[in-house]
Amino acid sequence: MDFMVFQYPMITVQACLDGLLLGILFALIAYGMALQWGVMNIINIAQGDLVILGGYIAYFMYLYGIHPAWGVIVSPIIMYFIGVGIYKLVINKVVDRDLFISILATFGISILFMQLMNFAFGADVVLANSGYGTTMLFDNNVTLPNSKIFSAVISIVFAIGLVIYMKKSKLGRAIRATAQNSRAAKILGVDTEKVYAATFGINAALCGVAGALISITFTIHPYMGLPYTIRSFMIVIVAGLGNLPGVAMSGMGLGVFEEFADYILGTEFRIGAVFLLLVLILVYRRFKLSRKREYLK
Amino acid sequence: MSKNILLYSAILIFGLVAPFVFPAFKVQLSILCVLIVLATTWNIQGGEMGYNTFGNILFYGLGMYLCASVQVGMFFPLAEWTESGGEKTFVHTPAQFFQGMAVGLVVAAVVPTIVAGLIGYAILGLRGHYFAICTLGLGVAAGEISGGIEIIGAGQGFTTPPFPEVGGLEARGEFFYFLSFGALILTFVAVRAIYSTRFRLILNAIRDNEDKAEAMGIETMKYKIIGWMVSAFFCGLAGGIMGGLVGYIDSTDVAFDGREMGVFMVLMAILGGKGTLWGPVIGATVFHIFKEGFWTFFLGWQYVALGVLIVVIVIYFPEGIMGWLREKYPEKFGEVIDEKDRKAQVELK
Repeated sequence: MDFMVFQYPMITVQACLDGLLLGILFALIAYGMALQWGVMNIINIAQGDLVILGGYIAYFMYLYGIHPAWGVIVSPIIMYFIGVGIYKLVINKVVDRDLFISILATFGISILFMQLMNFAFGADVVLANSGYGTTMLFDNNVTLPNSKIFSAVISIVFAIGLVIYMKKSKLGRAIRATAQNSRAAKILGVDTEKVYAATFGINAALCGVAGALISITFTIHPYMGLPYTIRSFMIVIVAGLGNLPGVAMSGMGLGVFEEFADYILGTEFRIGAVFLLLVLILVYRRFKLSRKREYLK
Repeated sequence: MSKNILLYSAILIFGLVAPFVFPAFKVQLSILCVLIVLATTWNIQGGEMGYNTFGNILFYGLGMYLCASVQVGMFFPLAEWTESGGEKTFVHTPAQFFQGMAVGLVVAAVVPTIVAGLIGYAILGLRGHYFAICTLGLGVAAGEISGGIEIIGAGQGFTTPPFPEVGGLEARGEFFYFLSFGALILTFVAVRAIYSTRFRLILNAIRDNEDKAEAMGIETMKYKIIGWMVSAFFCGLAGGIMGGLVGYIDSTDVAFDGREMGVFMVLMAILGGKGTLWGPVIGATVFHIFKEGFWTFFLGWQYVALGVLIVVIVIYFPEGIMGWLREKYPEKFGEVIDEKDRKAQVELK
């Protein structure tokens, strides 16, 4: 335990800013999670692995001399098709089944992806250097890498763009209709199969954007996927499905929590703290809900 | 009835002579026993109670660490042991080793049971996928946290006491084989006894409709916690044995290995058939043979094969072997199906 973070205000500011910028990225991944959960009623454990895969696309562009920031454009396009492919191969068989089946099936996909990435890209921790430099704030007491600011801005742009797309476009309307009532949507002529495929593709594309940004700002590693899944799951259950401002807020809250946990408990407990927080949130939620249920007594 | 006795005695005799007939497969057979124990205990949750948990790995890992810690800590300072990391600065005498193992196994079984009872009230109130994700988080959190605790070896791992030099070369394998076989017998007998009581019916009622079961006057929470505690007891025991068998405990790769053992137990139970007594046993056996084949012939690709296997089993084979047999030969399971009914169903399909 180390409470240095509270004794020096500049470190507190640093942790908060880092956390907020990180949290925006989490919120972007969680938005994809909420989308597929709401529309198709599946929980995708492989979400984090899609993120990492997107990150490797940007990293490879960096290796071949293209600026990794272009990964933000290229990665979602590739990931969209990968997402649709996964849907056609596996997900369409689990959509209308028990939720646990989808959890287990995507767990299998997650293990598969992890290992394939390990073969293809090696087990090293890598990052794509954007060369954006850093911004110094408050008399050089707070350092803020420009890449983090860049990633936050891009995340917000993509999130807003997707919201507008969902509201205005024909496909967006079809997706929302399917989410509300897939049967009725089918009767009214929506090809739900296509809508599902597109939803999963869009989710994968969002993961691709987030992954490209993560490879620029942080590091990626084939086995780092599961924490991103858990984070996005946590954000979605805190915010609720279809509550976009809530997703953004709880994402940023989670980012700040993580930074503080990092300072206070030490880096080795960071992931552990995230998973414990998930358990605590679920348990809290259970007691809150059960209190609501008890009024019949 | 006599057929059953014949079957059980055949299995028992096979179990007792197996290490001498197939001396090369002793370790594999011991692991198989542990896997069957894990699959059977998972089945109490996932199959009978309808609570699909990824978190039984928590008790397994806890048992593993506890057994080894007790075994060391009874005679030597634990911190110095883990710090020396496997070098033989302290050596257990045979008496110390077996004494430590006995006490360690008891602790490894009892403490997870208590833990399950304590956290059960909070965790088992969750339903469906919230429960699944929560237990998944619990298992991973336990792995990450135990990987940061110095006294049990942190990231560098924990070497369990080496087997003392008694009884020749084969003694270690035989000792652990009979230990795990004993655990298997204990588990099977206990679970079989449990399944023949009202308790199983209550668990099935919870699986089929929890709210209705509660409305019928069953204290569902109590029975859910008891079910979980039974699981935890045998998981902890299996973990303690496995720790000694492997000889080395790492927080995320051996003990709280949600990516391997945590999924294996789910997979084995589903492969064999959820909600049956024999399903997990058959599933674990088939799975272990498959897995060893993969591990031998596709070295390096085993996780790829595992991932594909999970997807295929879950999508195309969710009823498992027992479910398939049941559909094929319903008479053997004591189900009488009207011939007309059957034809009508075939036509419907």
